[in-house]
Amino acid sequence: MSNNDFSALMPLMVLAGASVLVMLLIVARLSHRIIQLVSLLLFVIAFICLLNIRGMLPYEVGSLFMMDSFGAFMTGLIIFSGLVVNVFSYIYFQEKEEGPKEYYVLLFLCTLGACVLAVSEHFVSVFLGLEILTIGLYALIAYLRTRNHSIEAGIKYLVLAAFSSAFLLFGMALVYLETGTMSFAGMADVVAAESVPPLLLTGLGLMLVGLGFKLAVVPFHMWTADVYQGAPVPVTAFIATASKGGVVAAMLRFFIAIDGFQSEPLQMVMITIAIASMVAGNLLALRQKNIKRLLAYSSIAHLGYLLVAFIPGSAVVLQAVSFYLLTYFITTFAAFGVITILSDSETDADDLDRYKALFWKHPALASILAVAMFSLAGIPLTAGFTGKFYVLTTGIGQGFWLLAVVLVLSSVVGLYYYLRVVTMLFAGTRDLLPDPPARYPVFLGISMAVLSILTFALIWLGVYPDTAIGVVQGLQLK
Amino acid sequence: MVGAVAAVIAGEWNRHLPRWIALAASVTGLLLVILLWANTSPHSLTDGQWLMDYRKAWIPSFGITFHLAVDGLSLLLLGLTFFLGVLAVLCSWDEIRERRGFYYFNLLWILAGVAGVFMAMDMFLFYFFWEVMLIPMYFLIGIWGSENRVYAAYKFFIFTQASGLLMFLAILGLYFIHGQDTGVYTFGYFELIDTVIPFKTAFWLMSGFMIAFAVKLPVFPFHTWLPDAHGEAPTAGSLILAGLLLKTGAYGMLRFVVPMFPEVVTDVAVPAMVLGVAGIIYGAVMAYSQTDLKRLVAFTSVSHMGFVITGIFALNELALQGVVMQLVTHALSTGALFLMAGMIKERLHTRDIEQMGGLWGPMPQMGTIGLVFAMASLGLPGLGNFVAEFLILLGVFQAQPWVTVVAASGLIFSAVYSLRIVGKIFLGPRRTMEAVPDFSLREMLIMAALTVSVVWLGLFPQPVIDTAKPAITELIRFMDVHHMAADHQSYVK
Repeated sequence: MSNNDFSALMPLMVLAGASVLVMLLIVARLSHRIIQLVSLLLFVIAFICLLNIRGMLPYEVGSLFMMDSFGAFMTGLIIFSGLVVNVFSYIYFQEKEEGPKEYYVLLFLCTLGACVLAVSEHFVSVFLGLEILTIGLYALIAYLRTRNHSIEAGIKYLVLAAFSSAFLLFGMALVYLETGTMSFAGMADVVAAESVPPLLLTGLGLMLVGLGFKLAVVPFHMWTADVYQGAPVPVTAFIATASKGGVVAAMLRFFIAIDGFQSEPLQMVMITIAIASMVAGNLLALRQKNIKRLLAYSSIAHLGYLLVAFIPGSAVVLQAVSFYLLTYFITTFAAFGVITILSDSETDADDLDRYKALFWKHPALASILAVAMFSLAGIPLTAGFTGKFYVLTTGIGQGFWLLAVVLVLSSVVGLYYYLRVVTMLFAGTRDLLPDPPARYPVFLGISMAVLSILTFALIWLGVYPDTAIGVVQGLQLK
Repeated sequence: MVGAVAAVIAGEWNRHLPRWIALAASVTGLLLVILLWANTSPHSLTDGQWLMDYRKAWIPSFGITFHLAVDGLSLLLLGLTFFLGVLAVLCSWDEIRERRGFYYFNLLWILAGVAGVFMAMDMFLFYFFWEVMLIPMYFLIGIWGSENRVYAAYKFFIFTQASGLLMFLAILGLYFIHGQDTGVYTFGYFELIDTVIPFKTAFWLMSGFMIAFAVKLPVFPFHTWLPDAHGEAPTAGSLILAGLLLKTGAYGMLRFVVPMFPEVVTDVAVPAMVLGVAGIIYGAVMAYSQTDLKRLVAFTSVSHMGFVITGIFALNELALQGVVMQLVTHALSTGALFLMAGMIKERLHTRDIEQMGGLWGPMPQMGTIGLVFAMASLGLPGLGNFVAEFLILLGVFQAQPWVTVVAASGLIFSAVYSLRIVGKIFLGPRRTMEAVPDFSLREMLIMAALTVSVVWLGLFPQPVIDTAKPAITELIRFMDVHHMAADHQSYVK
């Protein structure tokens, strides 16, 4: 392994090393506070390493990993999510009775898995990354093991994720059988040379099922709401963002490499999935009274929107998907951050009724949540609008009018439930919410600072997105 | 200069301070517009359509510019915006007692959005402003409205947002068609207006725009959000809804639909006019059967906006002048009626006209003013609305005589419901024995401003007509050019 290889993989190694380091710290019986700060620092270091390697992109490590600008962007986004989740976790877990320390080990592992997914260009590394991610998540979801919902969610995720991994593996095996290689580039040569044989198509279909489960698109979405509801709030935020982001990145890389967009049946399947996700996600969210479940269904719909940017297969797809993920990450974190801060030791603040009149009590938190909701709904002045605009442009640019129209109509349905949350914030004068825990002023301060930065980014991306668009347009796959 | 106006708007966005700042901001806006109006001599109006122009790159990667421009039409509507803005601040002076900061924040935000809509010359920017005004309006209805406010706010928001998104799709379609034809991807109005679109596509794109504007205006089958929103909104909200938000729909048709899709517009003119007339009659009949004062006034809006759509699709100068006139006068007269409804509600705590009656006795001033605006609303000569409706009918008569006949009958209906307003509220036996004070000084000021304007417009409508003229002539020229081109084509065939 050369020096260059080493530094290209540095961010990933920092993450891997961090999990070991944190384990050692736990053995040394250090306090929660120190562990949390150390992991915060480690995330920052990983991020800095990533910035350091900007000059050497694109760089291929062995035949497993490809550090190109898209991979680096996605890795950055995922590490950033890990960092934000880390920040939100302290207050949330300090309140609970379970020892929160091992949590950070798992968080590092999951982040590592997602990052590996984002840069892998080989079936082996894809599967490796996916398993690191999911196995970490099993434990994270069921982390609050004395609560009923947590256990249920953990088991559900375990069974379904294992099941979908099996599908994915079988699909990969079939593809391998047909092409004789597991690297994306090698496959591309084989696929380009001949017409797509049925066995390969079957393989791709099975892989799509596996990936669809991870992305929670309809019809593979059954687990989403329960897992979102049962998992601790910071973990839910992680599932909603980093874990899906990694899978999307791997999928995008794979599809662009083998030019899967050209295949008629595959495209039809994807279009169906996209439409079903948009429609079903938004419709199912309508009657939710639990904000975590509501966000779960909304994430299904958003993955559907993302597929609209994904399907056209044109040159802008990469930008559109990256930009949409960026806006979606920021928005989701803003929303979950508020929920985390408002949760107390007994229950998560997930009942919508508890948000009544929040604005009059905690204007800052309520404004952040409202902005996040508007952004999810895609209303101008927020990042969500720019993201949706990008997606629509991509779709319409290639003549996918059906997808665009469905997107628009389903987001109108979506408006209703986002507005319901916003209305709650301003309705009535009763205040049922507890004060945010004032016992940890430092961490509360950090959390609020992160939230404010996120909100600022949300509005900035909505009003003046040109810089971000510039960055996204510079992204390349090798 | 526009930069200054824009700066004022930008400054308004984030003000979170109570009513004085709101008043100052809207008065400044009004003064700036008046200044601009005064600066443009009639001479300069005739040589160019555009009075000013402000352009700055915004999102260059998509060809989006921050492009504001003002012509006569925009100027009139801008003036109206800030005038009503001042009145809205004044009328909520005492009405709003809770959460003032947030209230005025929303109010100013709406004004900024509306002003932006009237100036935006970039389709993306236009859509941006179009949506920007929705959220604060939603809050205004949803937080400070009356009993059924949440329902009304939802309905308002979802109707307008849904139609807005369809417009956005149409804008994107236009963007790509233009881009594929010329290689230049831009959202600029002046570029897109020259796009050559195949007829069938043009029809769909126009439908996208039309639905958005028709919902906002509202045209007859799309009006159902309006009575709810108007009825439940606080007084200033109803004033701004009726006075400004509805006007953005008409403005959009004049500015975008007609010049961009002239052929299609000619084709759908008759059905559109029929819808307009249906709106006139339906609105009037519904207005007559309402017992809730605000809903009643809301339905008169539907009726008056029927005239607007009929006028727009008559596509000749007279009618279009009438439309502009109608936009201004309707804002004043309906605004005044809403204000009055608000004032009565403040005193009697009801909007049910069955419980009013005999109010002339204790409130002679309000009675007089009420009579004036009821007369204005029925189109009595000497008041602004008469000029407007007369011009529209005249213009429509040139295009479709039979439509005019039916539309004119709407005037009779409007007389019926206007008289009913006056009769039920001010005349007849008194129903309540509470002491009802007459106008306060502040209310007097508001009503005086409105009365003077509406009478002035009735007697001397010429300044308005002159100001709007270049824009209208341009519009007509556009239609003619396309007609000639079409005629030429058929001749060649």
